[in-house]
Parts: sequence; structure tokens; C-alpha cells
Amino acid sequence: MTPEQTKAFEEKVYTFVGKPIYKGPRRGYDDVNSAMIRQWCEVMGEKNPAYVDQDWAEKSTRGHLIAPPAMMYAWTQEGYKVASEGRPTDGQVEMVKFFDSHGFSGSLGTNVDQEYFAEAKVGDAIFEESVIESISEQKTTARGVGYFFETYAKFTNQDDVLLGTQRFRVFKFIPPEQEEAAPTNSDTLEIPTRVAAPRGQDNKWWWDACDEGKILIQRCASCGALRHPPRPMCGVCQSTEWDTIESSLDGELFSFVEMHHPKFPGYQYPLLVGVISLAEGTRIIANVVGCDVKDVEIGMKLKGKVERVDEKTILPQFYPVNN
Amino acid sequence: MTINVSGEAAIAGVANTEFSKNSGVSELELASVAVRDAIADAGLKPSDVDGMTTFTLDNTDEIEIARAVGIGDLTFYSRVPHGGGAATGLVHQAVMAVATGMAEVVVCYRALNGRSGHRYSSGVAGPLLTSDAIHWGWYTPYGLMTPASWVAMYTQRYMHLAEDVQDAMFEIAHVQRQYAAKNPAAFFYQRPFDRADYDASRPIVSPFKMLDCCMETDGGSAVVVTTAERAKDLKHPAVIVKGVAQAAAADMESMTSFYRPEIARIPSMDIAAKMAYEQSGLCADDIDAAVIYDAFTPIVLWQLESWGFCDLLEAPKFVLDGALRSDGRLPTNTHGGQLSEAYIHGVNGIVEATRLVRGQSVNQPAKEVNNVLVTSGVGVPTGGALLGRSD
Repeated sequence: MTPEQTKAFEEKVYTFVGKPIYKGPRRGYDDVNSAMIRQWCEVMGEKNPAYVDQDWAEKSTRGHLIAPPAMMYAWTQEGYKVASEGRPTDGQVEMVKFFDSHGFSGSLGTNVDQEYFAEAKVGDAIFEESVIESISEQKTTARGVGYFFETYAKFTNQDDVLLGTQRFRVFKFIPPEQEEAAPTNSDTLEIPTRVAAPRGQDNKWWWDACDEGKILIQRCASCGALRHPPRPMCGVCQSTEWDTIESSLDGELFSFVEMHHPKFPGYQYPLLVGVISLAEGTRIIANVVGCDVKDVEIGMKLKGKVERVDEKTILPQFYPVNN
Repeated sequence: MTINVSGEAAIAGVANTEFSKNSGVSELELASVAVRDAIADAGLKPSDVDGMTTFTLDNTDEIEIARAVGIGDLTFYSRVPHGGGAATGLVHQAVMAVATGMAEVVVCYRALNGRSGHRYSSGVAGPLLTSDAIHWGWYTPYGLMTPASWVAMYTQRYMHLAEDVQDAMFEIAHVQRQYAAKNPAAFFYQRPFDRADYDASRPIVSPFKMLDCCMETDGGSAVVVTTAERAKDLKHPAVIVKGVAQAAAADMESMTSFYRPEIARIPSMDIAAKMAYEQSGLCADDIDAAVIYDAFTPIVLWQLESWGFCDLLEAPKFVLDGALRSDGRLPTNTHGGQLSEAYIHGVNGIVEATRLVRGQSVNQPAKEVNNVLVTSGVGVPTGGALLGRSD
């Protein structure tokens, strides 16, 4: 957009501010009922008996079931037919179309703020009145260039009692040109596994042995020096000939950390990682398991076992040796 | 024939861009602005520049910047690898270039959208398709895959051997935040914290809390190096590069040198310190202030030991005696450091060290500052430089 085009666009778009979204209060298709409450609670994992247990609710001080306050906005939503028929025209739809027609076709809901003032009980009718409250100045975000708009909704019941309010904030932006999305196989749910070591000439043999339950240590065939992590040449005598010995996995903790943040998918927390001095004289990095972090200290004796940690990963893990 | 670079080169101009969480501009623009402003600060023209140095990590080509800024022919360009370990390596390359006549005016730069673009805190969790992949493969299956986790491993060991380490880590974070609180360019300007805030801050990797870790910043910094002779006639008093060195000690891995006999120290920095002191004829007692690379608090401790300000394992005591404060033995990271000003991989530290020698730091110590140490990132091959007034 040229500065002139932006100016013309903004002059028009800001006229939407203050416009009501519906003509008058809009009543939800269904009044508050226990079936919709139960389904909503099931999806949200909500188990509060005040919402879902009829017997409990009747004996409570209220004497009846109430709807979860956070469900407030659900009663007046358009429902599934939006997917097939599209959204009926209203003040917000007109504004969104105007944004779209000027290239601001990206939409990202960014914030919802709700405030609750009174409870809705089974049998109540819910009415919504909404207005386009504000449109920001032009902003540049990681998503692109665009505008934040905010709607303000008031929810009332059949007696005109204010149940709650909601501010909903949406970013309308010019989406960056998208590459074609790679096809995904949505039939299978993939469980994340640990970030595997890529296997190359210098390390494949080590990981292959690990898969078979053995932890090997590289040994120089010329001078006998042990080395880990593996590398193609001996740093002592520069020989490229080598063989291996198998580690006993008797070890001692040399240093350690507990990982807190960020948490990576595929890893189990608490997650302790140690530098372990092996009896053979080399060190290895591995997880310390089977104990509480508060009992872990440098110098403690450890014994390693080669174990499967997820569907794709077999690793040495080290356990404290109980005296 | 050997050439001693000491006194042969000087820093004549410095500049930072604005620091932000979302620059809204390209890295090429950040780099071009930093380079342009550093040249202007030197009182030079872009066409005076004939050399450029940066990080191998930098995404912006020298020639793109040269074309954008109007720099003409380049007769020297060099990139230094190893992440933040490159910082004073840029000066190292430039000094050699001007001392040997390869170039007369070299701009060192680093610019990144480090917060809105690629974030370094995400570690090596992404696709591992580089030649370094096998190395990281010894750590990623166990979840040891962030910079904080690698440095924490050395720190736990240091805590096992030295006393009062956590208190010293707080002191470093706290002193630097207090400097930043008075630095309008710092991200944490007017935002100090106290011990309770530190203790309550989110655990990242034990023993690190959030306030032990540097930020992620969008921004750029640049430094102009020319001959000491030419610097005499430029706008600011010359800031002489009295010593500069880089080093990778034996048995080194990038960030994960866990296989040395002891890991609670930085042997690469010991070597750089020895070289820089030998070049300059200076010793620790001659250094009045410092800018010490501070991606995480404890790495400041080990570098104080490397540069001989205290004995091995004695840095916590040195720090807890107030040494890093404005009235202390060695005012350090007076801009707020990378913990609290901005994280431009140490090059904003070279800017601050230059300002300290010029007497222009926003937190300039009351005492006379003749010589200042500035260092690169550690855990990787690293380096340091000694900057000072011309005699």
C-alpha cells in the first residue's frame, strides 16, 4: 500500500469503531440447559459438581445447576452451520470483509478477557449485545503488518441482569506468502521421541552397539589409549587404527544439571543429565535416573544400564548404587 | 620477521543500533546502520573503509553491506567462527590487517534479529543437518541441548569446588542490573531487581535461574579499527588496542568440553590472557575496568580467574568484596552487560570498553580508567582484547 492508500483505507476502516455488531440484543439459539453444559465440561475437563451433578446441586446452597461462567460466550455462538453456510452478515463480518478486501486477510485471535457478575442457571435465556470497540493504529508484528480490533460484548439474562462481559481481540494482517504446506499423514498420531544422534562414519558403530545393549569405548590399536566421544584419530599417537572394549558401566558422577526450561517434547521430566566418569577412565554424558534430584551429588557411585527410553531410542541410563 | 601488533592499531569509531525485541527491519538494515554510524563516529567516510570482519554466524554478507552503505573496494574480509566466541576475534582480525597493511580501515560488525528471528535459546533442538551434528548427537538424546545446560554443567562442578558461588552469581546479576538501570540504551533501564526477585526467578537449568541468563535482543553493534597513527587525527582520542588474542585450548569441544581433567575453568581464556598480557606488557594490576562476556553469570567468575584478577576458585570472594561495582577494584560490565543491556554477542561490550577508555560510559567510574579488558564468549574457542589510552 502507498501512504495515500493506507490513509484512505484507515479513514474508512475507523468508521467501524463504535458500530454495534447485531441489531439489538441477540438471543442464544438454546436457553441454558444441562446437556450443553455437560458436553462443554467434558471437553474442557471440568468436573465441578455445581455444573454437572444434579443431585449435588439440588442439595447445595443454590439448589440448582449453574452454567460455568467461562461458557458464557458459547450460548450465543452461531454453531456448526457456519462451516457450510458461512457466517450471517453482521457488523463484524462487514468490517472483516473490508479488511480482507484490502489484503489484511490473516486473522489471529490474540486475547480474550471475561468478567463475570452473575450466575446463569438452567432455564435462563442468554442475550448478547456487542460492539466494535476499537481498532489500533497500524502495527508490525512477527506475523506481518496489520491492525488489532477489539469487540466488547455484554451478556444478560431474560430479566436484564448483567451476567458478564467479554473483550475479544483479533489481529488482522497481510499474511506473508505461504509455501505450499507439506502433506501430512493425519491418520497416525506420532508420539514425539528424543532427538536422535545422526549416525555417520565416526559414530555409527557406537550407536549400533548401543542398540544391541552394549556401551563401547574406542581404544587405539597402536598405543592402547581409550577415547570418548569417538573420533577417527588417536590424539596421543595419531594412529587411525582402533578397536573397542565394552564398558562395565560402573561410574561416578563428575557433574550434573537438572533441565527445567524450555521443556522438549519426547523427554520425561524431571530430567537429570550427568557427566559420568567410567571405571575404564573415560567420561560419558547420560541421564541419571531412579533417584530424586535432592539426593544427587557429585562423587556418588552410579551403575549404568542400556534401556529403551521411547519407541525409537535406546540409551545408557545411570542409577545410584545403593550402599 | 615477526610483527608485534601492540600499539599498531586503534579503535576510532563505535556504534550500536537501537536494541529491541522486534526490530521490524532486516538484519541487513541493522548491520548497515551500525556500520554507517560507527564510520561516522570515527569521523570517516564509508569510502575510507577497506576491510570488514564479522561472525561466520552472521547472515549478512560483507559485500551486501558495503554496497548498501557505499563502501567501495574491500581488500580485507574475514569471518570468525564459534558463536559469541568470535567477538574480540573481529578486532583480532582487523588489527592484523591494519598492522600488516592488508587494510587501513576495517569495520567489525555483528547484527541479528536475535529475538524476532532465530532465537539462540532454542539451542540445537532444531533440524541437525550440519557437520557439527555428530558432536551434538552425544548430548541431544539425553536432553542436554541448550546453551544454559552446557554452561550449567561446568557451574555445578565449580560449585562443588569453590565457596559462595550462588551468592557471587547473584552479585554479578545484581551489579550489572544496577548499571543497566542507569543506562537509557539498556533493555532494563530503570528496572532494578533485588535478592528476593532473583531467588524467585524461574529455574532454567539448575543451578541457573532466569536472572543468571542473558537476554535475546534485536540490534547491531560495530567498531572501526584503523592505524594508531591515523587515529591520532580523528574525532575522539585514540583507543589503542594494546593486546588482542584468541585461543582454543586442547581437548576442546564447542560448548561441551566435559572430558578435560577439570572442567570448572576456561583454559582457552587462560591462553588468550597470557598472549594479550605478553603483547601489551600489561598485567592484571594495570587493568582499571572490564567488559567480561556474560551470557551467564558464572562465566564472569572463571574469566576473572583466567585474567589473573584473583586465584583459581577465588573469584566468588573477589566479586563478593564488591570488586565489580563502580567504586570497586574492577568496575565490570558498566553498560549492564548482556544480562541487562543487550545481547549482541559481545560486540556491544567492545563498544562499552571503548567508551570506558574514552571516559564516555554512561556509568563511567570516578577513578581514572587507562586500560580496559574486553572478552569474547566462552565454552567455545574464545579471546580477549586490552584497550587503553595512548601513552
